[in-house]
Amino acid sequence: MSKQDAKTVLKRPVFDDNPVVLGMLGICSALAVTTGLEPTIVMCFALTAVCAISNLCIAMVRNHIPSNIRIIVQMTVIASLVIVVDQVLQAFAYDTAKQLSVFVGLIITNCIVMGRAEAFAMSNPPGLSFIDGIGNGLGYSVVLLFVGTIRELFGSGSLFGFEILKLVENDGWYVGNGMMLLPPSAFFIIGGFIWLLREWKTNQVEQKEFKIAHQVNREAHI
Amino acid sequence: MSSSKDTIKQTIIVSLLLSVFFSIIVSSAAVILKPLQAANKLLDRNKNILAAAGLYKEGEHKKSDINRLFEQFTIKVVDLEKGKFLTDAQLQELNIDLAKFDQRKASKDPALSVKLDKTQDIAAIGRRSHYAMVYLVETGSGIDRVIVPVHGYGLWGTMYGFMALEGDANTVVGLGFYEHKETPGLGAKIDTDKWKSVWPGKKIFDDAGVVKVKMPKGIIDHKDPANIHKVDSLSGATLTAVGVENMVRFWMGDHGFGPFLSNVKKGEV
Repeated sequence: MSKQDAKTVLKRPVFDDNPVVLGMLGICSALAVTTGLEPTIVMCFALTAVCAISNLCIAMVRNHIPSNIRIIVQMTVIASLVIVVDQVLQAFAYDTAKQLSVFVGLIITNCIVMGRAEAFAMSNPPGLSFIDGIGNGLGYSVVLLFVGTIRELFGSGSLFGFEILKLVENDGWYVGNGMMLLPPSAFFIIGGFIWLLREWKTNQVEQKEFKIAHQVNREAHI
Repeated sequence: MSSSKDTIKQTIIVSLLLSVFFSIIVSSAAVILKPLQAANKLLDRNKNILAAAGLYKEGEHKKSDINRLFEQFTIKVVDLEKGKFLTDAQLQELNIDLAKFDQRKASKDPALSVKLDKTQDIAAIGRRSHYAMVYLVETGSGIDRVIVPVHGYGLWGTMYGFMALEGDANTVVGLGFYEHKETPGLGAKIDTDKWKSVWPGKKIFDDAGVVKVKMPKGIIDHKDPANIHKVDSLSGATLTAVGVENMVRFWMGDHGFGPFLSNVKKGEV
């Protein structure tokens, strides 16, 4: 890998090399926690913290980790950090922690965290790895916040729990879109986000892997 | 990759040091944050008692109201067998401190609990403590609301909650859970307002004082007076629903709060 400066490392994963949009990583939690903005933001902080600190820890000991157990070492670091984050949330943001329930624990299996540990922290100095963790956390957060905003606004007519579109149940005019509150809607919104991003940054559009040839066998018609 | 770090010795040293280091971090985080977490849990539990009693509504009240609202409860300890409150003298004799009494701990203590045999133990709780803490809202004319703790086995673990009844010890005010391990999205719906909203107004007992409440499958017309004992089951979470039904039937029955509730009804507690 060529020499990278801190600014690029921080900014690249946000739009140019977004882990969710280009890597298609971490989608499962993006579906689960984005029904409202509050749990979304807590989740973003949790993931960014875990990703940055695990990158830092792993980069610090990267020259001593035997390559045959490196994945286990990464797993141990990440799992420990996730438990600490879970404990902190339970102490300081109990209601949100209850809402996020298993998904905080599932940061352990979030591919972004482990992907960055293996791909970046194993071969870069600690400082840069820490910044890379934050950058990827931000990239994940951008997508989650986008999805969370749309889902809460159109699903429950509110943002951060404050009513924006007055719901019919509260004598308003807006009928909440029930599908927005269910996980599949996040799929569509992430798809839409990817579309928008690729309209803007056309170099992210993938080459077609093959082209369908003209039909030449006319007998098939008969 | 140099070969020096791939030796067996290095592998063992790295994994040992790593485990020791992170076990220290994880355990110190757990120990340091424990008091805060315990305080949160207690607050959440009190909130659930208030919510079951219909005295706390999300949006209407704030977290800071919980302690103030909680003060309106009269807290008593009930002898479940006799169905009577323990007097102060009895509390002292049994060495029960009202502020510290923990029914969960008591359920495990052979001196304070009784082992249930299979036919009695429909809620699958194993042991039941002799005493339980109940929360009362009293008005000038007597008991207005009575909130009792309930727990029973669901699908994945024990569900803990509170059942609030009106002064007639029959009409449900609300049922709420503050701790459970049911499947998120399926069984965990016992925690949603939508499902909980079915409980208020339902009757536990028939005129003869027999526990009648149940959770049949299918659609229930809640306007039909014939369905006064019926509560919706949960589709996709049959075992959780069965667990909740058994839990309610156990705690409202003869081995749970049955004797106490019939005393409340007669006004003899």
